[in-house]
Amino acid sequence: MKKTVSMTINGAPQSHEVEPRLLLVHYIREQAGLTGTHVGCDTSQCGACTVHVNGVAVKSCTLLAVQCDGAQVLTIEGLAKDGKLHPIQDAFWEKHGLQCGFCTPGMIMSAHQMLQRNPRPTEAQIRHDLEGNLCRCTGYHNIVKAIQYAAEKMAGK
Amino acid sequence: MATARLLGASIKRREDPRFITGKGNYTDDLKLPGLTHAVFVRSPHANAKIRRIDTSKAAKSPGVVAIFTGKDMTGVNSLPCGWLLPELKIPPHMPLATDAAHYVGDPVAIVIAESQSAASDAAELVAVDWDVQPSVTSTERAAAKGSVQIHEVAPDNVAFRWQIGDGAATDAAFKSAAVTVKKRIVNQRLVANPMEPRACVARYDDSTGEWTLWVTSQNPHVHRLLMTAFVLGIPEHKVRVIAPDVGGGFGSKIFLYNEETVCTWATKQIKRPIRWTSSRSEAFQTDAHGRDHVTDAEVALSKDGKFLGLRVKTTANLGAYLSTFAPAVPTYLYATLLNGVYEWPAIHAEVTGVFTNTTPVDAYRGAGRPEACYLLERMVDAAAAALKMDPADIRKKNFIPKFDNGYQTKVALQYDSGNYGAAFDKLLGMLDYKKFRADQAAARAKGRLMGIGFSTYIEACSIAPSKVVGSLGAQAGLWESGKVQVHPTGKVSVFTGSHSHGQGHETTMAQIVADSLGIPMDDIEIVHGDTGRVPFGMGTYGSRSASVGGTAIVMSLDKIKEKGKKIAAHLLEANPKDMEYVGGNFVVKGSPQKAIPFGQVALTAYVPHNYPEGVEPGLEETSFYDPANFCFPFGAHACVVEVDPDTGHVKILRYLAVDDVGNVINPMIVDGMVHGGIAQGVAQALWEEAVYDRDSGQLVSGSMMDYTLPKADMLPFYETDRTETPTPVNPLGVKGAGETGTIASTPAVVNAVVDALSGLGVDHFDAMPLTPERVWKTAQAAKSKK
Repeated sequence: MKKTVSMTINGAPQSHEVEPRLLLVHYIREQAGLTGTHVGCDTSQCGACTVHVNGVAVKSCTLLAVQCDGAQVLTIEGLAKDGKLHPIQDAFWEKHGLQCGFCTPGMIMSAHQMLQRNPRPTEAQIRHDLEGNLCRCTGYHNIVKAIQYAAEKMAGK
Repeated sequence: MATARLLGASIKRREDPRFITGKGNYTDDLKLPGLTHAVFVRSPHANAKIRRIDTSKAAKSPGVVAIFTGKDMTGVNSLPCGWLLPELKIPPHMPLATDAAHYVGDPVAIVIAESQSAASDAAELVAVDWDVQPSVTSTERAAAKGSVQIHEVAPDNVAFRWQIGDGAATDAAFKSAAVTVKKRIVNQRLVANPMEPRACVARYDDSTGEWTLWVTSQNPHVHRLLMTAFVLGIPEHKVRVIAPDVGGGFGSKIFLYNEETVCTWATKQIKRPIRWTSSRSEAFQTDAHGRDHVTDAEVALSKDGKFLGLRVKTTANLGAYLSTFAPAVPTYLYATLLNGVYEWPAIHAEVTGVFTNTTPVDAYRGAGRPEACYLLERMVDAAAAALKMDPADIRKKNFIPKFDNGYQTKVALQYDSGNYGAAFDKLLGMLDYKKFRADQAAARAKGRLMGIGFSTYIEACSIAPSKVVGSLGAQAGLWESGKVQVHPTGKVSVFTGSHSHGQGHETTMAQIVADSLGIPMDDIEIVHGDTGRVPFGMGTYGSRSASVGGTAIVMSLDKIKEKGKKIAAHLLEANPKDMEYVGGNFVVKGSPQKAIPFGQVALTAYVPHNYPEGVEPGLEETSFYDPANFCFPFGAHACVVEVDPDTGHVKILRYLAVDDVGNVINPMIVDGMVHGGIAQGVAQALWEEAVYDRDSGQLVSGSMMDYTLPKADMLPFYETDRTETPTPVNPLGVKGAGETGTIASTPAVVNAVVDALSGLGVDHFDAMPLTPERVWKTAQAAKSKK
């Protein structure tokens, strides 16, 4: 029995008939056609699917699409505004915080939330707050550097 | 105009804007009209005969398009093994197992449906009548008497017995040695775990009789060749293989796998495109695993610490079948590196490859070289301990002295250039080694367990001289292609047979081209990963893209410039021999005012109204570069740890690396690869292990919940530096940087933990990873012996 689910993704209204078992991440990728949000595991470890739902960073593999009826969803595609990169995106580019790019959307969405909660995190806080996101390429060195750099830029320094 | 050299500059990556905005184009992102979705039915047993597969109930499940088993795939051959050793036993490895399955995850049927969920539902309804057999997963027990016999063609489960070096000379060295040290070295099984799971989309076009396969591949031409010519028997030129953005590989995406082969076959049967994307659980079970050696190693030494001989006996677990390059990894990529950076009078190594009821084992980042490096660097420390020598001193005593052009090892390889002592001295300087030893003694007096471990490593990359590897069993040439296409407007398209899945080729290769032609990087595009656009190429593995792929591009650039000189000379009414190419202009030597810019020559080549006799129109060159030798990066790493005596927890206090990868094209990118490599090697030392249940043969570390991939808070910032010893092998002087970190770091960490516990009497760990439990138990056992 399909259900109708409606939500706003990156400011654009979406409405689809979906199976109740459909995960939010698959809704975003398959129904809304936004493939920047990735699936890297099946046990909610990797964080590649991290998006913001009503302003809170969540792993979109842990929610059903029908649970998000009426929600405001922000994905990696919605972060740059008017063709201008968000400072965190720019920091990942500037500090070489990515290699294969697959974990990157989730990393950036997590970092975005991290800096909202704590605009000037220490190195240890950054590393701790990245516990939900796995990267296999960078050894995290330049991801941490990128988040430090973004924090400085966003603080206006 | 003086321009800064682009070679050697940390230029921001040109590929990044699409990745940071979510516009990457990975295989699973592809949408095609009429797309169907595939799920594979897999063996839940480690070893089982198949009595019958009943698909009738599944076929009636809603949304099912088709179900195929191995019996449907008539006329299809075994997946091939691309590296042959003498008397190698090659069991058939069918894309879908028909009579028996030999590891948990072995695929037996494909279910294709209108949606992913419909395919999953139907796959649950495929009933396989299994006749479960006993299994063997252990490397050590595979060839033991009374073990389960897995394949008829391989008695005692032995795939090969192989040796290298001089056995008699080594025996003599041991007889005359003052001191010998023997250790058991276990290099545990790992899972590569690139963040993007494997995936494919296969489409057959009935109107043209052509296939397109999008696949997570490090080498799309190799995928196409193996699949068409060896397995499916379809014309190679009718299949286009595209490896779009690929989210990491680390070796695991080199090989031809069952799934893309079955999907390519099946799309023609159903005349609709098929997508298959691995779940992470499937990835753990079916991506080729890495390492898995058990070794007895012995070093013979003089009283004053000179190495006299090395004897190695290794059993290498190959898994249930021979993956594409499996036999090469524990032989020619392993034992040929046992010379390390040291002078050895004699070395002998024997390797036995065994089959087990486990996932096939093949190349994982480093592939053989990490196993050799771990063995050697652990043994060097054990030798130092036996002689009560400082581990830095024993290394310095045995380093091969600096050389610029060739050093013959005792295990076949001839090194290109090296200055091992210089890299180590630089590392000791960064470390302030004397101060560390003083700090360590002070900490120990207070009951704190600090330790330092070194790893002075070498690796062989820039794979590989075709003639050499051909004589050793490779069934392929390992050259690379590079095509440079200059457009009439002076813009340049470069087609490389190398493939980037994180390495940043769109940036580094554009740096090579821009530096050579003196034109802006924005005028250059790098095309890779598409057999429909790129000349046949061998792909990316063995840290070969810059050294082999980059050199092929350099050769084409040289040809472009030679042709350009003829065109420019004609326009300037000069002799082509008097022309030179400077900063984007063809110039008459000694007359800088007589110059024609690159763009004008390009246009003239396509509008050849005023054109030299005997010169063809157009400006496009293709080169195939076959290296004369491997390249041999080297370096020195150190890890400083503190071990909690109560819990066995290991904390990394510092990690330092001095790498020599030859000339560096983009330091930022090289550093990034070194960081990631270190993380993977540290993870082998401390956390990662693929574990099979002894009795059931189940992969118990089969998810990211059970297999410990490192997280950000488990690792430090890495302190990196480098020395630059250009290789004489290629014109760029580059060696290779993709694997050094992984190769070097594992022994540095283990040596550091042993050093930290040395005061308690610990001198070795039989096995990795050094989990708190293993560290604590080893420390307790040592203490109780004291």
